[in-house]
Amino acid sequence: MSQSVNPSASSALSGLSADEMAFAQARQKARLRRRIMPVLGVASVLLLWAALVYWLKVPPFIAPSPQMVAVTLWEKSGLLWTNLVPTMIESVAGFLLGNLAAIVIATVFVHKKTLEEAFFPVVVVINTIPVVAKAPILVLLLGNGMEPKIAIAALICFFPTLVNMVRGLESVNPQAMELMRVLSASKREVFFKLRLPHSLPYLFSALKIAASTAVIGAIVGEWIGSTLGIGALIIQATYAFDSALLYATVIVGSCFSMSFFLLISLLERLALRQTALPNS
Amino acid sequence: MAPLEHAVSCQNVTVRFVTEERAVTALEDVSFTVPAGGFLTLLGPSGCGKSTLLRVVADLITPSSGTVEVLGKTAEQARLDRSLGFVFQDAALLPWRTALENVALPLEVGGGLKPDSRFTSPRDLLALVGLSGWEQSYPHQLSGGMRQRVAIARALLGGPRLLLMDEPFGALDEMTRDRLNEELRRIWAETGTSILFVTHSVYEAAYLGEQVLVLSPNPGRVVQQVTVDLPRERSLALRDTPHFVEIAAALRAMLGKVTP
Repeated sequence: MSQSVNPSASSALSGLSADEMAFAQARQKARLRRRIMPVLGVASVLLLWAALVYWLKVPPFIAPSPQMVAVTLWEKSGLLWTNLVPTMIESVAGFLLGNLAAIVIATVFVHKKTLEEAFFPVVVVINTIPVVAKAPILVLLLGNGMEPKIAIAALICFFPTLVNMVRGLESVNPQAMELMRVLSASKREVFFKLRLPHSLPYLFSALKIAASTAVIGAIVGEWIGSTLGIGALIIQATYAFDSALLYATVIVGSCFSMSFFLLISLLERLALRQTALPNS
Repeated sequence: MAPLEHAVSCQNVTVRFVTEERAVTALEDVSFTVPAGGFLTLLGPSGCGKSTLLRVVADLITPSSGTVEVLGKTAEQARLDRSLGFVFQDAALLPWRTALENVALPLEVGGGLKPDSRFTSPRDLLALVGLSGWEQSYPHQLSGGMRQRVAIARALLGGPRLLLMDEPFGALDEMTRDRLNEELRRIWAETGTSILFVTHSVYEAAYLGEQVLVLSPNPGRVVQQVTVDLPRERSLALRDTPHFVEIAAALRAMLGKVTP
């Protein structure tokens, strides 16, 4: 409780705060709305799905009801987890490998223009081969273990990161480059003080794409030849007409992909907290 | 060491560029000097090569022919000795660094400052340009004028004996520009640094410079080096005096002859 000592001041204050209260309330309402609306959207789609399966009497080998999927997620959580772990390892390893290679090669390209001119077209050509076509080649080359899946995940991450990183490293302000020359900065200093920090926003937008594509890469790799993993489980469930397990597997896979994406977004926020993003 | 006569001395400097379509002569047979401790403004329409000339002095461009002497040394040696500061058209601050960290950049690259440097404290330099209290702000939190002040502080770190400025206030509004012009005169007087300042504004050229070098375009040639007959202490009100208006009119007439 506040006691008014100075009536005029307090009335001025309360006048202000009434406005502010209304504003705060309106803002809170808007915020609540933003949270609730997506939940309502998802719930209504689930409801529609359940209703359609029920009314149209869709047999379980064609499509499951949402309840069945929920039960499967719970009952077969052990099986789903055992299959998620290899997919996680493959996509994270592929992500790290592919992006690291892209960053290193982008650095080399920026410093040796001749190499960029010679090899950038090669990279573009490799990138134009669809993943599903690349996958069998890599399985033949690398066998049936995790290696080909990691390689596919890495390849799929590599290209967007390379392109973005080269752009990020090269698009520095020409006057900032002249400044570095006036200061007689070495190439190394130009790289670490200017190019690299400048490229971080570009890098992170590529990493966010890579986080979801790496998972796609690993799953596609598992389709080609594997007995374990989200991709393998998808194939098995499909051939067994176990639609509930198929849907559950897909949900587990996309949950992982989503968390991976969120993790990278979080890292981006931490890394670029102080920087004005180029587009903002 | 004998006292320097000239901060900058360019003799018969010619610069030719070869672009993909054609060869361009940016500067032809340009000779001029900046007296030690002087303030010379380079005035000319766009395309007269004034920025190019500034970059020749800064050793960012090598002239096709002619000689350039900066503080009694070659331009390259002057750059390596950290004898020059450069202020660009846009402030060219690093957006991920605070104002203070931006000013401190010259400490971290190119071997840092020379042992006998003046102005070694970034904080003091921010105070000199009137930005005390803004040390921890990021460039996007500063106004355009404030960003140029940070850039000037950065260029002054280490106490260069020659400050090169490439239309630093060209993108600012008139009020900000006037204030910064006044402050630049003060900074020049306080630091004793020679300044070579590029502008396309007649008023700026006359108000700032002890001397004005008028250039003509396509290719850039020297029209005349004019000594500005104004007192050393200058306030903005000076620009409304008949004498100043006369000087500005004379400069504009010189430009009028060279620009069709």
